[in-house]
Amino acid sequence: MTTLPVPVDEAQPGPRPTDLDADALLGLYRDMARVRALEDQVVDAFNAQLIPGSTHPCIGVEAIKAGALSTLRPDDLVLATYRGHGECLLKGISAEAIMAELMCRTTGVNKGKGGSMHLSDPSVGLVSTNAIVAGHIPMAGGVAKACQIRGTDQVVLCFFGDGAACEGEFFETLNMAQIWRVPLVLICENNGVAISVPTALSQATPDIADRARGFGMPADVVDGNDPIAVRAAVGAAVARARAGEGPSLVECKTVRWERHSAFSAGGGDPGEQRLAWQRVDPLPRFRAALTAWDVGDAATLDEIDAAARDEALAARTAAEKAPHPAPESIHEDVFAPTAP
Amino acid sequence: MVGGDNSTVSTSMTMSEAINHAIGEAMERDPQLTLLGQDIGAYGGTFGVYRGLFDRFGPQRVIDGPLCESGTIGFGIGIAVSGVRCIAEIEFFDFVGVAMDQIFNQAAKLHYFTGGKLTVPLTIRTPIVSRMGMGPQHSQSLEAWFMHIPGIKVVIPSQADDALGLMRTALTDPNPILFVENVRLYGRRGPVDVDADPIPFGSARVVREGTDATVVALSGMVHEAVVAADRLAERGISVEVIDPRTIVPLDMDTILTSLAKTMRLAVAHDAHKSGGFGAELAARCMEQGFDLLDAPVERVAALDVPIPCGPVLDEVYPNADRVVEAVERLMGLTR
Repeated sequence: MTTLPVPVDEAQPGPRPTDLDADALLGLYRDMARVRALEDQVVDAFNAQLIPGSTHPCIGVEAIKAGALSTLRPDDLVLATYRGHGECLLKGISAEAIMAELMCRTTGVNKGKGGSMHLSDPSVGLVSTNAIVAGHIPMAGGVAKACQIRGTDQVVLCFFGDGAACEGEFFETLNMAQIWRVPLVLICENNGVAISVPTALSQATPDIADRARGFGMPADVVDGNDPIAVRAAVGAAVARARAGEGPSLVECKTVRWERHSAFSAGGGDPGEQRLAWQRVDPLPRFRAALTAWDVGDAATLDEIDAAARDEALAARTAAEKAPHPAPESIHEDVFAPTAP
Repeated sequence: MVGGDNSTVSTSMTMSEAINHAIGEAMERDPQLTLLGQDIGAYGGTFGVYRGLFDRFGPQRVIDGPLCESGTIGFGIGIAVSGVRCIAEIEFFDFVGVAMDQIFNQAAKLHYFTGGKLTVPLTIRTPIVSRMGMGPQHSQSLEAWFMHIPGIKVVIPSQADDALGLMRTALTDPNPILFVENVRLYGRRGPVDVDADPIPFGSARVVREGTDATVVALSGMVHEAVVAADRLAERGISVEVIDPRTIVPLDMDTILTSLAKTMRLAVAHDAHKSGGFGAELAARCMEQGFDLLDAPVERVAALDVPIPCGPVLDEVYPNADRVVEAVERLMGLTR
């Protein structure tokens, strides 16, 4: 089964979800708008040469981030990829601490030495983002195993892409997580392309979910640009994990932003890919659904958009004023201090 | 079983028993400390180091997992960053390559790139299985690979009491640690004071004092160096033998103090010569003690060929004879 994102102009809003009141629905929209506004500002800051290295925006995949994160308790845990600023923001790292980290400033969440691909704040349950494709997946399994060891009922979400689903560590984790029934929910953002290689050339089967099923793990495939569908599938997986019923995988079909990263040079004109993701842009689509469900009028939704943009701009402005780490700080945090 | 019972105060243990003792007492102290690996449960570990731990602590804490080194280390990292101390085993040092990304890109870097927000109290145990005729994929000493990567400590004991004291330190350290054991030394018995303090990392042991040449040796080669020193002593040549015990951090003070006395250095290890610990130590001695060197540094190491099966492997590995020859060259007795 493949569930590709529906184009905005063809999307038919289904019945209004009965388990979400107006505040919750507007909350989902607000989450998506905050991620979009932050990433728009990130791309702008990158183009202004304020962000070194590269950066991988979540633009176009906000419905996955918002839908999935909305199912968590504050003490649940998240591991994500370099395309993970959205998870960081929605799990509770401030836009300013994210933006400052991307700009490698001392006020960044990781003191400005991790940068765009290495964000972490375990105090809010965002364990780590990671720059090695699939490198964080077994780690997420281990974090879930630790929940078991400690006897908590926390759940771990692990985000990754279709590229990671080709790596051995993904398969090893499917096996180990299933053997030990750890409280892990694997969320695959299948955006159809790994840098430049399309899934048609890299995936032996159309659905990555089949790989989880091959290990006896429950798996769903959803339209990743529909936050309600993502939320329903991830919510069911989280409930299973919390009840001690083990791991699940949710594959969210989506369409990537115009480039792999803001730095990417190959592939010529990104215009075609831009048209592709904008055709299925989850924000106007969800806005239309809210309107159809009579949840929030245009002024309310505009206000949410404006507040999100204000937050992102304020974060950027504050980050730009913060200092870079002092040269001597390069020697800090190589090792954790040992007890005297 | 000496190592299996913390109430037994012993004055003699094998290195295997000493490691078992240190881990057993740490598991008594820390009820969450978890062991991951393959064949570590009722089987007791491929070389029996965990004998008795499964019966004492059960399958929830001594966890037999599937045969996947990368997943094992990755899960170990995830457990460790959650604040649960973990020991993960790689059954043969040679298999560490399968888990390399997890070790050098994840474990070694997480503390740094999170600005100290994550710590990784993970100890990775692995044995050198050299000189046992197991061929090119089961015989290597790869410790130098990990010197190249900032963020992971490398421990390599050569005798039982050091193994006990260093494992105790490893199991209170908040950082990732590679604990390199040696199958040929597991059964080697030695005096152990179980009431002794843990041995801090970065503190070398002067195994034998001498005045004419310094031999810095690792793991099994420590004992070969002592044999060589005995033979040379019969000829009136006094050799100081130093076991660094940890190569990250490395106790350069003890080595340079020795060089100030002997002015001559040989480095001995089972690892291949090129890019080995000896190369790094020679470079550091030139940087920090060039004026102390009266002769070029000698490296006594495995030849730069894959380790063959069968009796010809003796041609590849260093031994006491080669240490003697190296010291003779240092002394200008031969060329």
